[in-house]
Amino acid sequence: MSAEESAPARTAIGIGFGNSYSSIAYTTGDGKAEVIANEEGDRQIPSILSYIEGEEFQGTQAKAQLIRNPKNTVAYFRDFLGKDFKSIDPSPCHASAHPVEHSSGIAFSIRDTEAESENTVTVSEITTRHLKRLKTSASDFLGKEVNAAVITVPTDYSVAQKEGLKASAKGAGIEVLQFIHEPVSAVLAYDARPDAKLSDKIILVADLGGTRSDVAVVASRGGMYSILATAHDYDLGGAKLDKVLIDHFAKEFIKKHKTDPRKNERSLAKLKLESEATRKALSLGATASFSVESLADGIDFTATINRTRFELLANKVFGSFIRLIEGAVQKAELDVLDIDEIILTGGTSHTPKIASNLQTHFPQSTAILAPATSVTAINPSELSARGAAIQASLIAEYDTEDIEQSTHPMVTVTPHISKAIGVLCISDDEQKGIFKKLVEAETAVPARRTAHFAVPREGGDVIVKICEGVREIKVSKPEPKPKTNGKPEGEDDVDDDEDDEDEDDEDEEDEIREKVWKAGKVLAETAVKGVKKGGKVEVQVNVGGDLAVQLIVREVGGKGGVRGNIGKPTTVENGSA
Amino acid sequence: MTAVTQVALPLPILPEGWSAEKDFKAVGPLSPPTQRNIEPVGPHFLAHARRKRHKRTFSEDERIQAQETAKKVEDDDAGEISEPEDPLMLQRDAKDWKGQDHYAVLGLSKHRYRATEDQIKRAHRKKVLKHHPDKKAAAGSTEDDSFFKCIQKATEVLLDPVKRRQFDSVDEGANVETPSKKQTQRGNFYKLWNPVFDSEARFSKVHPVPCLGDENSSKDDVYNFYEFWYHFDSWRSFEYQDEDVPDDNENRDQKRHVEKKNQNRRKKLKTEDTQRLRKLVDDALALDERIKKFKQQEYNEKNKKKLEKEAEAKRAQEEAKKAKEEEARLAKERDEAEKAEKAEGKKAKEAAKNAAKKNKRVLRGAAKDANYFHEGGNAPADKIDKALADVDLVIAKIDNEQLALLSSKLNGKTDAAEIKSIFVDEVKTITGAGKIKEGEIKSF
Repeated sequence: MSAEESAPARTAIGIGFGNSYSSIAYTTGDGKAEVIANEEGDRQIPSILSYIEGEEFQGTQAKAQLIRNPKNTVAYFRDFLGKDFKSIDPSPCHASAHPVEHSSGIAFSIRDTEAESENTVTVSEITTRHLKRLKTSASDFLGKEVNAAVITVPTDYSVAQKEGLKASAKGAGIEVLQFIHEPVSAVLAYDARPDAKLSDKIILVADLGGTRSDVAVVASRGGMYSILATAHDYDLGGAKLDKVLIDHFAKEFIKKHKTDPRKNERSLAKLKLESEATRKALSLGATASFSVESLADGIDFTATINRTRFELLANKVFGSFIRLIEGAVQKAELDVLDIDEIILTGGTSHTPKIASNLQTHFPQSTAILAPATSVTAINPSELSARGAAIQASLIAEYDTEDIEQSTHPMVTVTPHISKAIGVLCISDDEQKGIFKKLVEAETAVPARRTAHFAVPREGGDVIVKICEGVREIKVSKPEPKPKTNGKPEGEDDVDDDEDDEDEDDEDEEDEIREKVWKAGKVLAETAVKGVKKGGKVEVQVNVGGDLAVQLIVREVGGKGGVRGNIGKPTTVENGSA
Repeated sequence: MTAVTQVALPLPILPEGWSAEKDFKAVGPLSPPTQRNIEPVGPHFLAHARRKRHKRTFSEDERIQAQETAKKVEDDDAGEISEPEDPLMLQRDAKDWKGQDHYAVLGLSKHRYRATEDQIKRAHRKKVLKHHPDKKAAAGSTEDDSFFKCIQKATEVLLDPVKRRQFDSVDEGANVETPSKKQTQRGNFYKLWNPVFDSEARFSKVHPVPCLGDENSSKDDVYNFYEFWYHFDSWRSFEYQDEDVPDDNENRDQKRHVEKKNQNRRKKLKTEDTQRLRKLVDDALALDERIKKFKQQEYNEKNKKKLEKEAEAKRAQEEAKKAKEEEARLAKERDEAEKAEKAEGKKAKEAAKNAAKKNKRVLRGAAKDANYFHEGGNAPADKIDKALADVDLVIAKIDNEQLALLSSKLNGKTDAAEIKSIFVDEVKTITGAGKIKEGEIKSF
């Protein structure tokens, strides 16, 4: 890693620190992010710590302790960090060590030493221990001491929580280079693929975790990401799906043996653990078996379930996932047609039904990046750690001060263009002409875009009319004839070859909704004279930090060209300090 | 974004009568923007932050970045394998591989023994890509793969650590010519000799090898340096130049003979090499100005002590002499002064004595003049005795000065009464002073 060269030799990794699972990733010499497996071979390490007679267990081993030793097993603690007791929801910890109030926030009362008495261990101490284990795993794998990391956090993580996490990391000997938001980390992981092309797109990132789900609508503009809206659901997650399976198998058991395994704590824990395993198996295969030894009253229980059955049972839960995601789109004041890409991240995203449900709810032009719908999708459980590792490799060489300055609101808060800027094609009449956008709405300024425009066949003088565009959703009845002014929305993505017509007649819907662009306010007009036959006109739009626009219009290969400036709007509060 | 979007739709034709200054007409500004937070993540954000913090525009930033990358590439490429190929070398026959310069074949003659394994591998790959017989065949030339074989042989030798050492031992290309005495005297010793020792250092079994240093090197460093070179532990060996041992089994004697010859040759060459190195170090030592400097310094140091000692002794001697003289002088002075004083004292004493005698005489004379204080007629003898005794008593009781005073008072006085009164006064003063008891002197 390039970090070695910097003066205080930094070995930086990316940590995806989740409520249920954590993962660690590093970047190889050629800039590819790889997720590190811990000593047990797990790439997703349960964020669980368990203590038996002073011995500490972490990860899968600790998770197994939820059955026999729940009182001294700490789980789902990430969201408690940096919060006070009143504001937390302790329900996920129902089956493990319970959080208690403590002078410095939240603590767990566990027997973490050989002594019989219980110790109060603060959540920050627990986090430190957990991070220490992650660090050891990474150091063992890399063969050198890891001392810095980029850690992912949910979008609603407060400053206090970040500070708390930073302090815990410091306790574990990890310098936190930066906190990055989980959805953005996922986007970065996809964009850092070598074959990824930069384009302006709206990405919806659905982070479906073990206990909670977060959705973010991210505008990706020339590789820069702005979050347009977020939505959170603190109950929805893999645990909800597990609950469906628990109930299902509990009923089966009751049918056979007349006892409810959910009544007994230990049986419930067993059910829960096996349900999770079954759910994961169902994400991969069409059927999965469920077997627990001595589930209740010493009776072993074995059953099988197929995917269809599970999907039927969990239909309601799947519905709430879709509702959450659609809610986020509405919150961003966008239409489903605006979403160019959906990235599913988090362990629950493996569930194929969620991805296929999204496929039916979003237009075909929307690419859904989930293992079930796209073969090239990256493992959703690893996305956030990978993104963090890439970011870590990018900034590992920087000084801490440099990083701080670069992430300061002075730099990050910028004006975003509210309406797309484009050029009118075919006709100079705003009503008849076709608006071809150059700079998308929600692009952070300063921004620069260049496009080559064709000219009429015979060449000659042309007019370049720069105007603002308004996106409208056109609803029309399906007609057999092809669109006359065919402007499929996919055409905007140069890398997508989906710009063939959208209307699929097998669509059950009666009407076709499509995105059309209307030219709005004209910003400037320029003339390019004497363009050669078959020539092209290059239009470059430079939007300055103060929203003044500089235009360069010239014939490709020609000399000179027209330069012009459009003054900045008077009402702008200047964001580029 | 640098990518250029291609739009197939044609631009509209310029309407009649449209005109504007410089063909540009600004109509209105943009709609007001929304303030949002960019996520500080990803390479493009870092570029954005860089631009914003340094207040660069897109093109400025691109230029600066391009410069930096160009620099980096240059740095990386500085050691790249891009040497021109000697046409003669391309004609080489692979059979004569012992005579070929493997580094030159791979285009690494700049690096030689310094070339890393990675460099050799890359160089090999590059050369193979260029000289592979298939390529040559495709290009239409003859299927001459002799140079390709040379490349393979060179790589084989250089990638095998043992063979590489053997080749490095006899690699003439890496030797640096020893500067002659004249050259050294004319030029800079350190500049001329440093490369020599650097190249010799490649044979050292011990690392790090101390460096020659410069004129400011400390004495210890310089001595260490020569110490190291006089005890140089070299891995240099001369198997590479062995005569081929016939591997047929028919003539064992011949084989042994050749083997023995080779052994002896190696030994000889090794001894010669050791001698050569020794001579080289000797030469360097002889020419090294620093050694002379240190010698001179040492000599000065030694002499300084000696001189100092001598000077010290001399000074001490002189001081002693001076002290003695001084003492003698002082003693003499003191003697003289004493003598003078004595003489003076004697004179004064005598004078005082004389004066006292005279005064006494005056007193006695006065007593006689006063008729020994007897009224009327000649004084009887006892009275004369008494009077004289009293006068003597007075004389004895008063000191010289009083005596002189008294005598001056009495001098010239003949009147008996007057003399008596003077004596009476004198006696009174003496009695007042308590020197004699009242009534002791009865004559007056």
